[in-house]
Amino acid sequence: MSDAAAPLLRARSVTRRFGGLTAVSDVSLDLAEGEIHAVIGTNGAGKSTLINVLSGEIGITSGTVELLGNDITKRSQPARAHAGLGRSYQRTTIFPRFTVFENCRLTAQATRQRPWNWWTAASSCKTSTALAREALDRTGLAAIADRTAGLLSHGEKRQLEIAMCVATRPRVLLLDEPLAGMGAEETERMLGLLSGLKAGHAILLVEHDMDAVFRVSDRITVMVNGAVIASGVPAAVRADSEVQLAYLGEVNA
Amino acid sequence: MIAAARRLSLPLIVVGLLLLFPLATTGFYLEFTSKVMILAIFALSLELLVGATGLVSLGHAAFFGIAAYATVLLSPKYGAAGVFWILPAAVACSALYAFCVGVLALRTKGVYFIMVTLAFAQMAYYVFHDTPLGGGTDGIYLNLKPEVMLFGARIVDLGKPVAFYYVVLACLVLVFLFLAVLLDSRFGRVLAGIKSNEQRMRAAGFATFPYKWAAFTLAGALAGLAGFLVAVKDGFVNPEMLSWHESGAVLLMLILGGMGRLSGAVLGAFAFALLQLFFQWDVAFGSFAKHWPLMLGGTIILCVAFMPNGLIGLPGQWRAWRARKAAEAARV
Repeated sequence: MSDAAAPLLRARSVTRRFGGLTAVSDVSLDLAEGEIHAVIGTNGAGKSTLINVLSGEIGITSGTVELLGNDITKRSQPARAHAGLGRSYQRTTIFPRFTVFENCRLTAQATRQRPWNWWTAASSCKTSTALAREALDRTGLAAIADRTAGLLSHGEKRQLEIAMCVATRPRVLLLDEPLAGMGAEETERMLGLLSGLKAGHAILLVEHDMDAVFRVSDRITVMVNGAVIASGVPAAVRADSEVQLAYLGEVNA
Repeated sequence: MIAAARRLSLPLIVVGLLLLFPLATTGFYLEFTSKVMILAIFALSLELLVGATGLVSLGHAAFFGIAAYATVLLSPKYGAAGVFWILPAAVACSALYAFCVGVLALRTKGVYFIMVTLAFAQMAYYVFHDTPLGGGTDGIYLNLKPEVMLFGARIVDLGKPVAFYYVVLACLVLVFLFLAVLLDSRFGRVLAGIKSNEQRMRAAGFATFPYKWAAFTLAGALAGLAGFLVAVKDGFVNPEMLSWHESGAVLLMLILGGMGRLSGAVLGAFAFALLQLFFQWDVAFGSFAKHWPLMLGGTIILCVAFMPNGLIGLPGQWRAWRARKAAEAARV
């Protein structure tokens, strides 16, 4: 579908070692606009480390990362965020004491910081308030914009986390288990939200819920022990003998 | 509108009372209140770090003391310094030290940050304590207080207790308003975000280090303003101004008053100074009054145990308690 267009994010031979342990080994993948690219694998397969390396949260041992055609391998995490890379965390990381709106407004403020302007109230910053409102509309949180974030339900907090990413106007979203700990109904809502975000974004989805992954993903990469063992469209991955072995093997063990 | 009026009413009443205070008293209590208002400025400067940014520093007295020493050392020996150059110069010395300490200390977190700020403060302490520069343990005297001259006329005589009192009050109000506006600005919101979740802020695209560095330097500069005022008030500085006791005391003021609110810092400074005065009162405590640190320490422990949000949090604590009681009553 989007093979013709250049991928928004291109990772080549990404490797991350912690001492003797190779958490991510020679992983290459492309994220294209309008696509959800899921990364699945067992616990400890290196999925979260991959997101941490791609987002710049931790350093890379070797390999390169390109965002919108620019090499960002050596850039800091905030610099990557500026260049259009947004991420969410497996453990909900919101600002619990702020309102839902302020959570989004504050992250949106990163796009236009103006720290020297100490005399203007942040709440009258037009850029960030507009971005926050847009993000809340897009994620279906506009109705609870004035609630205190810490008092939301788990599902709403996960949604807010996505909204906070969207508010920074990223092109690429790296989502670390957005469905973790969610009930069936909340999962449905989140999957709807993710599908809606495909337009304008390239999404990397790390997830454990296999049903959900196979339903929403356009492309799936399977990792075992830090390395990619299969990558392709869902049907091909499902039919892959190595993937079946990896998953069934673990079930039988 | 009503909410804003309610929020402003208490600070306005306090400022009004402080404005009228010199009409009611002179001498000791006037000077005491001047001293406490200076401590409130000092506490507000630390609040910017601890309460607003979540950076717990145990070396804040260094910036307080450096400006005080700078005021004395930079003043001409046989003349009065002009306040319009000596004040910026003294504050700049503190800000510069904070700038240098910040770049190193802010690379650490949590308890390590506490230790590194303490270490840098002790370094400064020993520079003034053990070298001839600062007159050693005895400290040094400021021969003539700075003059406030504008167009050749002296506007205020800082040597007069009442005039000095009003200068300090004006400084306190200005620092409070400045911080209130700053914390509400985009810069202040980033500090609040860093306090809440620095990782999230970085992921959103904020390079958090320069923000923390700016806050640290600014806090040092404001502590320097307090130090300048103390030097002018007492006409004398000694190394104890930079000691870790002083750093600890200002931290206790914040804890006592309640962190995260500017008014908590001011309230804490007043509460701390009044408690200290109270326990030193030999009419009430007789010969035991000389053990005042013991009683002060015990009181602070009790305050921390029973008022987790400090004095400023008491109304909220009271409302929460009433709500809980009401809920229990409704269940029965």
